[in-house]
Amino acid sequence: MIKKKPRQSTEINASSMADIAFLLLIFFLVTTTIASDRGLPIRLPPKTEDKQDIIIPERNIFNVFLNSNNQLLVEENLMQMEDVKEAAKEFIMNNGKDPKSSDSPQKAIISLKTDRGTDYAAYINVMDELKSAYNELRAEYMGLTLTQYLRLENNPNGEHPKYDDAKKAIPYQLSEAEPTSVGG
Amino acid sequence: MSKFKKKSNTSQDIPTSSLPDIIFMLLFFFMVSTVMRETDLLVENTLPQASQIVKLHQKSLVSHVYVGKPKETDKYGKEPRIQVNDALIEPKQVPQFIIEEKNKLGEDGAKITISMKADDEAKMGIVIDVKQQLREANALKLNYAARPKPIN
Repeated sequence: MIKKKPRQSTEINASSMADIAFLLLIFFLVTTTIASDRGLPIRLPPKTEDKQDIIIPERNIFNVFLNSNNQLLVEENLMQMEDVKEAAKEFIMNNGKDPKSSDSPQKAIISLKTDRGTDYAAYINVMDELKSAYNELRAEYMGLTLTQYLRLENNPNGEHPKYDDAKKAIPYQLSEAEPTSVGG
Repeated sequence: MSKFKKKSNTSQDIPTSSLPDIIFMLLFFFMVSTVMRETDLLVENTLPQASQIVKLHQKSLVSHVYVGKPKETDKYGKEPRIQVNDALIEPKQVPQFIIEEKNKLGEDGAKITISMKADDEAKMGIVIDVKQQLREANALKLNYAARPKPIN
């Protein structure tokens, strides 16, 4: 015969559950960060009334044109999206070797021209490639990998002794020409 | 015989077993009712991808401009439009918006950053219009909002 044991109280003490729930609540409150905006920052040229032409030797300008069919024309040659970065890097770091290319990174200017019919996504793609050309050169200058460099750029407080140097040696100079409004 | 006789020894514990339920209810209420986005989007907004993106610092100085195809195409048409604060506007109204935003910031008005959230299907035409108007309004710090893309 199986005898039933005298039961003790079967309730679980639940009074501490509230504390646990609060703890969870506070933990998530503290650790939640609302995602901040990320993107490609640019600086627009100020609006000027008098249009005075600044003469820049042709060799220091790297012409990139993106037409309304999202085709890329770089220095008068048709080019694929993937090849722009290397071409831009070569142009920036020419240092006077090739008489058709830039004198020095400080003088090198990339001129980007688009059409009103160009896709925004294609434009961002080209901007991204050009920016990565600069970032890779700066990373190389500082002896970092690209990922390390990007982390540094996101965190200006974490000073790196060479960061300002790299910015000065390889300045980000991108000029956006007035757009064409015909098919181009 | 005392008037203040102690009452019989009934249990003095407050039942606390339902407290966690109450707390969880609170938690769920806030989880459901929290809205992160401050404006209702009237335009489609899939950001383009980019790998070299930088975080924007000082959120208080950032104002948003949305560009994209309207969601309610029968009402607003299929052409991409500009949205600021819950309303669709024409490019010419952008400087007015910038002036209002600058006034809100007070002294820091000159440091204003515009984050342009343009749909990746938009054309450059409208983006260029916005940029020209930003130059008019002397808001020169612009950010093209983008989604992160893994670096290959």
